[in-house]
Amino acid sequence: MSTDTLVDFDEVLTRYEPVIGLETHVELGTASKMFCGCSTTFGAEPNTQTCPVCLGLPGALPVVNEAAIESTIRIGLALGCRIASWSRFARKNYFYPDIPKGFQTSQYDEPLCTAGHLDVEVDGETYRVEIERVHIEEDTGKNLHVGGATGRIHGADHSLVDYNRAGIPLVEIVTRPIPGTGAKAPEVAKAYVTELREILLALGVSEVRMEQGNLRSDVNTSLAPIGSLEWGTRTETKNVNSLRSVERSVRFEMRRQAAVLDAGRRVVQETRHFHEDSGSTSEGRSKEEATDYRYFPEPDLVPIAPDEEWIEKLRAALPELPAARRVRLQEEWGLSATEMAWIANAGAVELVAGTVAAGATPADARKWWLGELARRANDAGVELAQLPVTPAQVAELAGLVQAGTVNDQLARQALDGVLAGEGDPAAVVKSRGLAVMGDSDELVAAVEAAIEGNPDVADKVRGGKVQAIGALVGAVMKTTRGKADAATVKRMLEERLVSS
Amino acid sequence: MSTPVSAPLTSTDAAELGRLLAAGEVSSAEVTQAYLDRIQATDGDLGAYLHVDADAALAAAGEIDAARAKGEELGPLAGIPLALKDVVVTEGVPTTSGSKILEGWRPPYDATVAARLKAAGTVLLGKTNMDEFAMGSSTENSAYKVTRNPWDHDRIPGGSSGGSSAAVAGSLAPWAIGTDTGGSIRQPAAVTGLVGHKPTYGSVSRFGLIAFSSSLDQAGPMTRTVLDAALLHEAIGGHDPLDSTSIDAPVGVLAEAARRGAEGDLTGLRVGVVTELGGDGHTDGYEPGVLARFAEAVALLEGMGAEVRQVSCPAFDLALPAYYLIAPSEASSNLARFDGVRYGLRVGDDGSRDLDEVMALTREQGFGPEVKRRIILGTYALSSGYYEAYYGQAQKVRTLITRDFTSAWDDVDVLVSPTSPTVAWPVGARVDDPIAMYAADLCTLPASLAGLPAISVPCGLSDGLPVGFQVMAPALADDRCYTVAAALEAAQDSARGHRFLDGLATPAGGAA
Repeated sequence: MSTDTLVDFDEVLTRYEPVIGLETHVELGTASKMFCGCSTTFGAEPNTQTCPVCLGLPGALPVVNEAAIESTIRIGLALGCRIASWSRFARKNYFYPDIPKGFQTSQYDEPLCTAGHLDVEVDGETYRVEIERVHIEEDTGKNLHVGGATGRIHGADHSLVDYNRAGIPLVEIVTRPIPGTGAKAPEVAKAYVTELREILLALGVSEVRMEQGNLRSDVNTSLAPIGSLEWGTRTETKNVNSLRSVERSVRFEMRRQAAVLDAGRRVVQETRHFHEDSGSTSEGRSKEEATDYRYFPEPDLVPIAPDEEWIEKLRAALPELPAARRVRLQEEWGLSATEMAWIANAGAVELVAGTVAAGATPADARKWWLGELARRANDAGVELAQLPVTPAQVAELAGLVQAGTVNDQLARQALDGVLAGEGDPAAVVKSRGLAVMGDSDELVAAVEAAIEGNPDVADKVRGGKVQAIGALVGAVMKTTRGKADAATVKRMLEERLVSS
Repeated sequence: MSTPVSAPLTSTDAAELGRLLAAGEVSSAEVTQAYLDRIQATDGDLGAYLHVDADAALAAAGEIDAARAKGEELGPLAGIPLALKDVVVTEGVPTTSGSKILEGWRPPYDATVAARLKAAGTVLLGKTNMDEFAMGSSTENSAYKVTRNPWDHDRIPGGSSGGSSAAVAGSLAPWAIGTDTGGSIRQPAAVTGLVGHKPTYGSVSRFGLIAFSSSLDQAGPMTRTVLDAALLHEAIGGHDPLDSTSIDAPVGVLAEAARRGAEGDLTGLRVGVVTELGGDGHTDGYEPGVLARFAEAVALLEGMGAEVRQVSCPAFDLALPAYYLIAPSEASSNLARFDGVRYGLRVGDDGSRDLDEVMALTREQGFGPEVKRRIILGTYALSSGYYEAYYGQAQKVRTLITRDFTSAWDDVDVLVSPTSPTVAWPVGARVDDPIAMYAADLCTLPASLAGLPAISVPCGLSDGLPVGFQVMAPALADDRCYTVAAALEAAQDSARGHRFLDGLATPAGGAA
């Protein structure tokens, strides 16, 4: 896709210092839209969840959804923000078919929440991300470009607009520029969105399904020569829709911008599109000629003036936040800080907690999610949580191993079946015939066959070279196609070959 | 003064019509038919209506009559016909706001004002002509037709609610709803001899009014009498959860205030005459006849016991420039939705043009010159780098005007002024001079910018044309407007021996 020249990542860091910044949009999980009573259910037939207000019909007026204001304040509180005692909506004026009023009702210079922060940890290092603002606005409709190869507007025959999404409450969380992350910039960006997502989940304000677009991040990246007093020109990679992509987009932009700067050219301030398949970005709209949105206070809405008492009530009712929860769980699970950080960075805290809650030991739960499952998620290019396996199933699998019903290798085969949708682990073990053989006649026969088939090796063992027994174990495992328990096989061989 | 017994239905007050209907002396179908006949006979010359649906009106009237026949409990307005300015969104009934860009649009919903009047049992005769998107003072900015003043067909009926004023003054409706952003109820009422009231901002729902300037727009009554205005206002007023700027307060006892005023005792009422609106040193642009009628009316109030004093409101001099920044700014944003994508006019969508070109062509052909002028003005005033100097500054002036009012209320109960500096001017006289057109709203703008209630009531003729008297009151004190206006109306009617509109000779082409 991309024809950009790229500089090797490690080499970028020898000459340049990155600054990143993120604007994250979160669709709130309110039952109704921001300014009207229409449903927000995902996946309905196009344009069935609309009314004169969210279609922007002449004469229609907005009425604020109080639940959305409450959610925004709770997000602000969780991020340590100052909550404004007086806040206003503003009109952001521009023409596009997906904004039916010709302006987006948003907030401009009087946002609901300001000046917060979020600490994220990468490789044992804590980075403080300053939050500039958290404000509430309405989502736009969705354009469907029909007839083109790419689904983008270029090359399409015609475009359709679905206004079901128009007016869904959208919270925008904007960081201040984040300097000083160096080589960790891509990971810090990812860790920030990961942590933010955990907080939103804990607050229960959004489903935060990135694949459904509940959470979308615009990732700003710039490079400046090391030691430079000024920051470089930034690009804004729009709508990065997975945690992994957040990391990849920063990495790619750093490598691309370094090549541009190395060639003596300047980075163009523009929005860029991220391509999931190649991990690259391509140029979008240039921001050199900035759109003048002609913001002004929305005259159709009265200011929001949350009183102190309400704010304090919301603050007191905040749930345990992920960072505190991790500290508690780390202690409960008996893990080191580093081990806990790995779990957190993998986005697996809730998965591990769920697995432990379903009966697995913390060590097993961690081993499964960060080992086998992480590998599979990586191979499939998806997030851990997107794997079609539940914490309860993982706990069941760990239980089967603990009980000796399956060994590790068989357990992995059972997992294959679970991921393939064949049912819960116990059912897969049964249907695939994966249970470990006990001290059965079949196993006795296999052990004896191995001794008979490898007389030289057997003699060596009898003669005291006990370590040679491994070859015989291997032979038994081979004939039983891995269903035997290696320790049992070894014991049975020893009983027959080693005089005690 | 009540309607003469022999008067035809089409010159009967709405209040009296309500009484006749309730008493079963006349049916809604008869009243409605009488108006439809008169529309049929005279609206070709007058041009008051953009849309009349006789069948729908008669069907609605028939339903009310049937309900009454069955003994159902009906409100005081049930069966009375009515006209709505075409800015009011009506379900299934064409609504254009006087613009080509909305030609053919049949809205899927009712404005709160329309819904309340429907629920009250009024019968919709039709939708009245107006300056496009309510921008104008003569109704000549309508994309559809010129509306004529029933007092003189060569003159304008005022604007932007000129279709409503012409319909009521011409007896083509017993009463009508107008909207007022900078004077669009009061000025047309003044120049056609009607009563027109702009309610306190937020006291009548804006839900379903096609927005011109959201922070200023208010719907209100345009009627033959002060009592009628109060009755119609009571029917449309009150809190509406669909409008966030709607005030959560009861509409008040307005008809009662009007009846009390008609008794003619204003003892103790403190009346302030605004110096800056036609007073000493501020008479430029005011016609002598207008100032004379105004002075006579003030004397009448004094004669009824009011204490009159001069009040200076210096910031009122800045009302016109402030208004012509705020209203166009909001309009430039409100009118952005008319892009040809979802409803109304679409021009040039033949496959050869891209989206931006189709939007631009649609707006080029769908909007008239005054609308374009204000979109450009407003877009400029909101532009980054100019916002503070224009929109921001205008908002400060707005605050100053509000302060002038607030300090006036320390000394007086109401403020009064002429409604408009001149009587109705000849059709075409100001179309090429926007500034002269804007000056028609000089006296009405301050109350608009401060969100205060203000009424216009006839106070005589100048050169045979009606002159309006404006009464302004503090927020939510609409009742004071009705009391003072009713006192003035009663005193004049009794001196004159007949209602003001009875002095309107049947215009050419009209059938009495």
